[in-house]
Amino acid sequence: MQYKMQAKNLNLYYGSKQALYNISLDVPSNMVVALIGPSGCGKSTFLKTLNRMNDLIDSVHIDGDVYLDGNDIYAPDNDVVYLRKRVGMVFQRPNPFPMSIYENIAYGPRIHGLNSKAKLNEIVERSLHNAALWDEVKDRLNDSAMGMSGGQQQRLCIARVLAVEPEVILMDEPCSALDPISTMKIEELVTELKKKYTIVMVTHNMQQAARVSDYTAFFLNGKLIEHDVTDVIFTNPSDKQTEDYISGRFG
Amino acid sequence: MDQQMTRKAYTEDLLKIQKKIVDMGTTASAAARDSIKALLNFDKDLAAQVMNNDDIIDKLLIDIEDSCILLIAKQQPIAHDLRIIATSFKISTDLERIGDHAFDIARITSNLKKPFNFNKSYIKELSDCAVTMINMSIQAYKDGDVSLAEQVCHEDDNADSLFAKTLTEISNYTSVESLPELVFISRYLERIGDHATNIAEWVIYLETAERIRKTKKIK
Repeated sequence: MQYKMQAKNLNLYYGSKQALYNISLDVPSNMVVALIGPSGCGKSTFLKTLNRMNDLIDSVHIDGDVYLDGNDIYAPDNDVVYLRKRVGMVFQRPNPFPMSIYENIAYGPRIHGLNSKAKLNEIVERSLHNAALWDEVKDRLNDSAMGMSGGQQQRLCIARVLAVEPEVILMDEPCSALDPISTMKIEELVTELKKKYTIVMVTHNMQQAARVSDYTAFFLNGKLIEHDVTDVIFTNPSDKQTEDYISGRFG
Repeated sequence: MDQQMTRKAYTEDLLKIQKKIVDMGTTASAAARDSIKALLNFDKDLAAQVMNNDDIIDKLLIDIEDSCILLIAKQQPIAHDLRIIATSFKISTDLERIGDHAFDIARITSNLKKPFNFNKSYIKELSDCAVTMINMSIQAYKDGDVSLAEQVCHEDDNADSLFAKTLTEISNYTSVESLPELVFISRYLERIGDHATNIAEWVIYLETAERIRKTKKIK
């Protein structure tokens, strides 16, 4: 199996407090990996190590390795901006920029040096298509993104990530602020997106992990308790703690 | 990709299970038909084939059960979707039992030293009735056809009376040594009709959520 990303013996500390303990996790290419576990278990912290978002917090200290296509993303000469282009992120609450729908999508490619209007038009349309949003917004591309529904805003945020042609998409509870139908749309989208991208998704919703992911990793107290094919995790987990959590007995 | 039906993969998985049920039904029906054909024609090759093919039916059962278990674990089916899954468990079990009865009939044929000495027309008529009931119940499942499913339930009375007539015929015309086998075969055919009736009842439940259990007449 080909692995797009790999964490090896990863430890993370907020100051003196250790938040991740010796995490080793492989992320196969073109698969959806779900990270589940109760609040404070370290799943979001782990997600952020995959595109070095934790660098933004001064007190964070990391040891161990994270590889993208076999290259260490924490190597001193690694370009973090380029890394975050390759490994994009969608957050819990939709966070569109206070500008037009079009400009939200065009922003990323412009930052990366693209100025051709024709090319930008093409990227905006393609990204919105791929985020299953084009038909809903094609007639109001110049309207403010702030007027869209929550579900549409979240798909806009996904389109914005797609516009810079990432290879991996990290999603941190992408549906927790959305209604059930919008949630299902995002889940359907994730299933489509994995044909082209590799996806790592943090979710509080076990059923969501069951529905959309190929692999599921269960975190508890900063440790990776179990990681397996989702079908196995949800029918025959090997660790009692995993079973208790996914069956709603604790957490 | 744009606007799309949500839960596409889940919907496809449900359709796949339903298709497997139809495949299993077609296979079980062919097994029942061929087991009687082998018996009536004293065709031991065909009987052996029926016995071998029972593995296919058993594998389909496990495949359907596994698919249903995974969908329950992963997709939280409700309403009609839940009934698809619940009825798939039940219908596949009935089909597997039909396959077992076909196997049993074929095994009797394969152990025969010489053809039975009896009037074939009664067994033929009973088996035609049973096989037709399987085919109708599977067609009703495929088309979601409640009135066809109800016809299967009514047809079971016919199967029962053919069974009674066949038993009388066997006791009148058959030599003593082949009597138990022929009684068993008739009984298997009558049971096949019962399983087809069960399937039809599950089709009615699938489509209407109504529980209908046909009460057997006490003979």
